Amino acid sequence: MPAPSPSAVSAPGFAGHALACRRGERLVFAGLDFAVPPGGALVLTGPNGSGKSSLLRLMAGLTRPEAGMLAWNGAPIGDDPAAHRARLHFIGHQDAVKPVLTVAETLGFWAGMRGGTEVRAGLERFRLAALADWPCRLLSAGQRRRLALARLVASPAPLWLLDEPANGLDAEALADLLAAIAAQRAAGGAVVLSTHTALPIEGARELSLTAFGRRAA
Amino acid sequence: MTAFRRLILRDLRLAFRQGGDAAMVVGFFVLTVILFPFGVGPEPELLARIAAGIVWVTALLAALLSLERLFQADWEDGSLEALALMPLPLEAQVLAKCLAHWLVTGLPLSLVAPLLALLLHLEPAGYPVLVLSLLLGTPSLSLIGAVGAALSLGARRGGVLLSLLVLPLYIPVLIFGVAAIEARIGGFAARPHLLLLGALLAGALPLAPLAAAAALRQALD
Repeated sequence: MPAPSPSAVSAPGFAGHALACRRGERLVFAGLDFAVPPGGALVLTGPNGSGKSSLLRLMAGLTRPEAGMLAWNGAPIGDDPAAHRARLHFIGHQDAVKPVLTVAETLGFWAGMRGGTEVRAGLERFRLAALADWPCRLLSAGQRRRLALARLVASPAPLWLLDEPANGLDAEALADLLAAIAAQRAAGGAVVLSTHTALPIEGARELSLTAFGRRAA
Repeated sequence: MTAFRRLILRDLRLAFRQGGDAAMVVGFFVLTVILFPFGVGPEPELLARIAAGIVWVTALLAALLSLERLFQADWEDGSLEALALMPLPLEAQVLAKCLAHWLVTGLPLSLVAPLLALLLHLEPAGYPVLVLSLLLGTPSLSLIGAVGAALSLGARRGGVLLSLLVLPLYIPVLIFGVAAIEARIGGFAARPHLLLLGALLAGALPLAPLAAAAALRQALD
């Protein structure tokens, strides 16, 4: 188990210290530390069931850690959950797309809920501008995924939590995603993402979770 | 536009595009009320005696019918998870969704009710109170129902569970709703009953969103 590193928690950016997560009776992981500085990226890897999604949901505040703490710029996120929600984007496995709304309406709604106004930029970043007036029921799985990812660009937020964002994307869309991540980091934002395939993300730290939940090297 | 209004407009838009829920609720209401003259016979005196109760019970069941979908669709497609992470507190979002639910169920039910009461030979004095009591009572039905809908989220046969959870809590609304109409018809003041309906709404307005939001967080955990 790595030694506690309080300095990482008080550093600028997003950090977690001695995190443990329990799902039902099972301890998914324990004693987990991570730190993502501004402009940094953290890639979560590991086999199915190793707790990548659990860790991302925990980072988002959807679940409470069994033990340990999460901090943003040194301040525990539990102190102000509303501020944490306002600063993060979480894209889970599901796309949160309604079949009867159009592409532009969907993105406009999700961006608007965060006060974002960059709907046009989001559509263009993920090549959805031509589909703006399509009802979402006509979209393919990959297009729906792109629409979910377009939320990232449509309402800027300093922290992105992406659960296997590359799933279902073609090569072109994957390049769009990587470009969006690079732009986010260039602007000083932090990105945490889980993946099963190696993604070319420059200077990313890797956190490898094992099937039994212990952190590998 | 505020996030609160945006959520209401989105739910209204979904309701109108899908077209199902609101039309189904009003259709259920109309058809069920029409069944009663066939069931109990067409004597005007008998129908007039039970008109207020029939309209209220049927409106209550019609509102219940649509509640199962209140959070279910958002839960299934991941929208609920995303909504829970929006800056707008989940409690306020529940309130917005209840308001949208009432606009497409409770409000049309209240407006259709006088026509159905006509069919049941309700005493003329009862009509204004009928509409008023429904307008005051149906928002409580949406709010209380939201707690049940949130609690039964993800349960197998959630609709049945929802009915078991929510129907007992609807009894006070039903009692005072019907009592207001009966009082006016009998020559008494409807005001005390309407005030009690208002009190129920005033209680449900802050408490139901709190309880429903807690249940939703539990469902997302």
